[in-house]
Amino acid sequence: MASLRDIKNSINSTKKMSQITKAMEMTSAAKWNRGVMNAKAFVPYMEKIQEVTVAVAMGSNGINHPMLQSRPVKKTGYIVMTSDRGLAGAFNSNVIRRVFQTIQSRHKSKEEYSIIAIGRVARDFFVKRGINVDLEIIGVSDQPSFESVKDITSSTVGMFSDGTFDELYLYYTHYKSAITQEVTEKKLLPLTDLSTSSKLTSYEFEPSAEEILDVLLPQYAESLIYGALLDSKASEHAARMTAMRNATDNAKEMIKNYSLIYNRARQAAITQEIAEIVGGAAALE
Amino acid sequence: MKTIKVSVVTPDGPVYESDVEMVSTKAQSGELGILPGHIPMVAPLAIGVVRLKKSGGKEPDLVAVSGGFLEVRPDKVTILAQAAEKAEDIDVERALRAKERAEQRMRDQKAEHTDFRRAELALQRAVNRLTVTGKQ
Repeated sequence: MASLRDIKNSINSTKKMSQITKAMEMTSAAKWNRGVMNAKAFVPYMEKIQEVTVAVAMGSNGINHPMLQSRPVKKTGYIVMTSDRGLAGAFNSNVIRRVFQTIQSRHKSKEEYSIIAIGRVARDFFVKRGINVDLEIIGVSDQPSFESVKDITSSTVGMFSDGTFDELYLYYTHYKSAITQEVTEKKLLPLTDLSTSSKLTSYEFEPSAEEILDVLLPQYAESLIYGALLDSKASEHAARMTAMRNATDNAKEMIKNYSLIYNRARQAAITQEIAEIVGGAAALE
Repeated sequence: MKTIKVSVVTPDGPVYESDVEMVSTKAQSGELGILPGHIPMVAPLAIGVVRLKKSGGKEPDLVAVSGGFLEVRPDKVTILAQAAEKAEDIDVERALRAKERAEQRMRDQKAEHTDFRRAELALQRAVNRLTVTGKQ
C-alpha cells in the first residue's frame, strides 16, 4: 500500500490539475460565446450573397463560368479545418478521421489529391503520413475577422481558378449546440448545386451578368470558407469546454477516492500505534 | 418624399440600416444613384463612398465601402461589402498609417509587380476611409 505521504501528494497534484482544467473551461466558455456571436453576425451576409449568386447564376441562361462547370478531375483538394491546439476532446480526430477515410476510399495514388490544412493538428497529421500539403495556415485567431483570413480564402479559390485543383472539398465541424458538433463535408468548387428556397428575382445587370459572376463567384466561395471557419471555431471552443468540464469532474472524483484511501490509511496507522502502546504497556505489567 | 430601406452588410455583421431618400455610390461602371422605385438590379461596386440621403434635408450619411455588391429590390437596397465602415467608426490614425505604408511600398516596387497592384488597392482603401471622415 502507498504511504500516507504518497497519497497526500496525489491528492494535491490532482487538485492543482482540476484548477487548471477549470480555468481552461472558463476561458473556452468565453471564447465559445464570442465564437457563436461571430457566426451569427455572419449569417445575414451569407444568406444575401447566396441569394444574389443563385439569382444571377440561375436567372441568366447560357452563361458559362469556369467556377460553375465540372471539369475532368485530375486533382482534388481537401480543405481541412482543425484547431492549433489539442485538449478539445475528439474535436480534431473526428475531422481528420473522416478526411483520411474518404481519401483512402476515393483515391489510389498520392498524385490525385492534396490537402489545404487550416490548423496545426491537421498539418502535423498529414505531413507525418507523407501526404501532400499544398497550403498550411496556422495561428488563425479565435475570433477571425474577414480581413484577416482574406489571404487564405483568396489563395484557396485562386488554386481552383488556375487549375491546381479541379475539385475542392471542405471538411469542418458544424456547430449544432454546445454539446453536439458534427463533422461536415461540403463540396466547395465547382458550384454545381446552387439552389435556394426563396423565390428568384430577375435582375438587371450592370454592366453584364458575366462580369458580375466574375466578381461574385470568387467572393461567394470565399464567404463559404469564412463561414465554415467561424462554424469550426465555435465548435472547437464548445468541444474544449465540454472536454475540460469532464476533466474537472473526473479530477473531483479522483480526489474523493484518494481522500477515502488517505483517511483509511491514516486511521490504520493510528490504530496500529494504539495497539503498539497498549502492547508495550501490557508487557511492562 | 418616398423612402427606401437600405442595409449595408459585411461578413462581420450589419453596419448600417436605415430608410433613405436616395443612395448614391460608385459602381465599377461609373457613378450610380438609386431612388425609391428602381427596377431590381445587381452591380459590382468600386472602392468608394456610399452617400445615403436621409429625409429632412440633413447632411447625408457616409459609409466607406471596399468593393462588393449593390443589390436593388423594389422594397430594399442591400450593399454587400467585404468591409464597410461608417464615418464615425473609422480609425483615422490607422488609415493614415495604412496610406503611408502603401505609398512606401509603391515606391519600392516596379509597376508590373503584383505587390504594386496590391499596394495600390490598399492605398485606395485608405484614401477612401480618410475621405469619408473628412480628413483628406
